Amino acid sequence: MPHELLSPLPGTFYRRPAPDKPLYKNEGDEVAVGDVIGLIEVMKSFNEVKAEVAGKIVKFLADNEEPVMAGQALVEIA
Amino acid sequence: MKELKSLFIANRGEIAVRIIRAARELGIRTIQAHSVADADSLAVKMADEAVNIGPPHAAKSYLNIPVIIEAAKKAGADAIHPGYGFLAENAGFADAVVAAGMIFVGPSGDAIRTMGDKVSARIAAEKAGVPVVPGSGGRIEDLTEATQIAERIGFPIMIKAAAGGGGRGIRIANTAEEFAQFLPQAQGEAQAAFGDGGLYIEKVITKARHIEVQVLGDGERAIHCFERECSLQRRRQKLWEEAPSPVLPDKVRRKLCASAVALAEAVHYKGAGTIEYLYDDESHDFYFIEMNTRIQVEHPVTEFITGLDLVREMILIAGGARLKHRQDDIKRSGHAIEVRINAEDPARNFMPFPGLVKGLRVPGGPGTRFDTMLYDGYQVPPFYDSLLGKLIVWDETRERAIDRMKRALGELEIGGLKTTKPLHLLLADDAAVRQGQFHTRWLEPWLEANAAKLAE
Repeated sequence: MPHELLSPLPGTFYRRPAPDKPLYKNEGDEVAVGDVIGLIEVMKSFNEVKAEVAGKIVKFLADNEEPVMAGQALVEIA
Repeated sequence: MKELKSLFIANRGEIAVRIIRAARELGIRTIQAHSVADADSLAVKMADEAVNIGPPHAAKSYLNIPVIIEAAKKAGADAIHPGYGFLAENAGFADAVVAAGMIFVGPSGDAIRTMGDKVSARIAAEKAGVPVVPGSGGRIEDLTEATQIAERIGFPIMIKAAAGGGGRGIRIANTAEEFAQFLPQAQGEAQAAFGDGGLYIEKVITKARHIEVQVLGDGERAIHCFERECSLQRRRQKLWEEAPSPVLPDKVRRKLCASAVALAEAVHYKGAGTIEYLYDDESHDFYFIEMNTRIQVEHPVTEFITGLDLVREMILIAGGARLKHRQDDIKRSGHAIEVRINAEDPARNFMPFPGLVKGLRVPGGPGTRFDTMLYDGYQVPPFYDSLLGKLIVWDETRERAIDRMKRALGELEIGGLKTTKPLHLLLADDAAVRQGQFHTRWLEPWLEANAAKLAE
């Protein structure tokens, strides 16, 4: 049963720590609980989004720099 | 010059509303730029026209120069007002507006470039006879030379990596011994971290106050509109601003304001600008730090004590008018205080709190002004800064103004959101704030000490 990691906050989703840095995770990567998947920027404050389950990233459901709502699925982990 | 009859507003939030108000009183048509996330904003509702300039992400909308220029041209705008933040201090944007045949409401691209670069701004200030923070002025390569400069300016001294930034590579030496120890370390670290061992040193002003002078210029002549004090800051963000400063002696005020006028005239400053200083309360020395080449968030406190409309003046000057005031025309009276109402929860380390406004009560009454973009039922978007509004009060004395601020804060209700209102209520009752006894590093330890009260 794939797990969907939901955005805890509304804001802008980033898949990199900084524009000139590599992606936190790619599709197909293995993740452990607590691994940083991305950032949500809310009113100029940056909040890390961490994996709640271990597994493999099947698919990103939100793009880098995409506006997201609280509760919106960001990534699918199986 | 082209007559200014229509104004494109390349900004959002409360300042967009403020600009629309000033323009409307002048009979100028307003065109409000907005991102998809701001389609329901108060500025969009108030402006004569609104133009969608793109996605919520600021880089794709409010910071997108080609899209903004194209939208303004298409709307037939004579001028673009940049507000504050976003593109307000982007020299390339100012140039692009002019190149597209429109007026930029602000100084020339060259003036923005000169004052925007720390080193060239410091040089311009020194040339105009404005005191700067004593230091090496530029890079130092040689340790002997550094030691000589250090002895001349006195301790404590900040050692910074010339190639550093964002606080990296900074050390503070309190004595000559520490300086001798830290300097080679800093040089080695700078070399390792930035591939450049260049350093510069600056005197540390330990209990500095932040005092800034409002100026208006028409490119030839400049005037000042007195000072504002903004020492109550958290993470370099101002939270409480007032005019006049509660501690500045009149003699120092005259010198400070005159130095700001000299600098504004030296760079042929056009429009509204602010020259920021550090002020040492004990020695009464002041030092130039930087110039902001735009309207500032806290401009209303100056408007309250002088009776001027600074946004109107900047639009008139942009339209080609000469400065209509002489320095002697600018009088100040009473005391004004502004507090920033941010969508942040002071009980939870100022966590941002965007959301739906359900139940809004705006303060009113004598000497009370609330500049905001809120309305009942407004959904505060999470994509931009957290400023919801600015509560500004005026009264005859500072004591009275603080009492009035407490009264006005009591009337303010923003249902559905957490805001900085409880913080300001606590500050208004604080003995040190009442006595004007604070400096730029005062608020952060105060917040830690008062965390329990803020959590109530």
